[in-house]
Amino acid sequence: MIDIRRISTQVEHIYHEFGPRPVRPLVRGAIAAVLTNPFAGRYEPDILPMMKVLDPVGLDMARGLHAAMDVPLENIASYGKGAIVGAAGELEHGALWHVPGGYAMRELLGWQGDRAAYRLGSADGATGHGNALAIVPSTKKVGPPGAALDVPLSNINAAYVRGQFDAFEVRVPGAPAADEIIFVLAMSTGYRVHERVGGLRAEDIAKWDGLR
Amino acid sequence: MAADIRKLIIQCDETRKEMGRVVEPPTRRAVAIAVIANPYAARYSDNLDELVAIGEELGALLGQKAVAALGIEPSHVQSYGKAAIVGESGELEHAAAILHPKLGASLRKAVEKGAALIPSAKKRGTLGTAIDVPLGHKDAAAVRSHFDAVEARVSDAPRPNEIVVVVAVTDSGRPLPRIGGLRVSEIAGKDGVR
Repeated sequence: MIDIRRISTQVEHIYHEFGPRPVRPLVRGAIAAVLTNPFAGRYEPDILPMMKVLDPVGLDMARGLHAAMDVPLENIASYGKGAIVGAAGELEHGALWHVPGGYAMRELLGWQGDRAAYRLGSADGATGHGNALAIVPSTKKVGPPGAALDVPLSNINAAYVRGQFDAFEVRVPGAPAADEIIFVLAMSTGYRVHERVGGLRAEDIAKWDGLR
Repeated sequence: MAADIRKLIIQCDETRKEMGRVVEPPTRRAVAIAVIANPYAARYSDNLDELVAIGEELGALLGQKAVAALGIEPSHVQSYGKAAIVGESGELEHAAAILHPKLGASLRKAVEKGAALIPSAKKRGTLGTAIDVPLGHKDAAAVRSHFDAVEARVSDAPRPNEIVVVVAVTDSGRPLPRIGGLRVSEIAGKDGVR
């Protein structure tokens, strides 16, 4: 069911944006896998089997992205995910990534919740269970080859860490073909390079409920 | 009004068919966009208070316009999202100043509630740059049928000294949701997540 044609990884180091240079650059990365969409060209009511099959793909991609970013795991502060579905697919095919993509990064980062509950979408007892408690933000679209997608980023433990709200523009030139899908994961070492609009700081996360 | 608005754009889309299936009722989304002058263009300023105030105004203005475009009661809005594109003479933090400190409270008034975090995206760009505005259910961020995004672009904005600010609202989730997860009917609505 899974035929990955291409994996594109992008890592950037941001030193400044014409303001005072921070001590360490912001490191951000995104990994995009281009694969055949087995449901292209037809309406398939039961697309759930593909979700399970994508679990190992998500884990490989999360590890691959971390390796490419070449930062200690504990420096990963924010994450996001996304999908671009080719023209012969439907938006819902992109939604297959919510569980395997989200779970992959959260597991990499030390999440210790209940995987079965996560798949069902029921409360996974997020409070205090390890790391990566927050919902992985996402975007998705149907698009032509070369379509760009802005993948949102937010803090892995508390979505309301204001200085870490960000987005990563990802595109794979020439992809997706009409019968393909691109699945994307993104991670970052966190604070925007000249962040200064206040709000909750990562150091002050206290509720450990995925929000604050 | 603190914002110096050059243009306002309202877009509505209605999906009636997806993969050959009729979507009944059609899923509908509205995007309200303001093109504004950036008071901090071409200079570094520690303090971004003018943009914070502009954010508060635009949350209300764009929220109201988007809801009016859908022609529904404000409380019937299901999902929301926000985004901004800063022109070349600005910095990403200008977008943050508009989007994060004060815009949310006014947008929530325009849709009458909204316990959930308002998802967002931001970037630097130029005339015609597109941005994907993330969407999530306004009462419970974890409602899986409502994870989505809508693309916004203005062909002649942002100029270098401008910022494009976007608010999006919907009356529905994705057209044919069928990947499980928390449903609208299961929302407890207390913590903004479930």
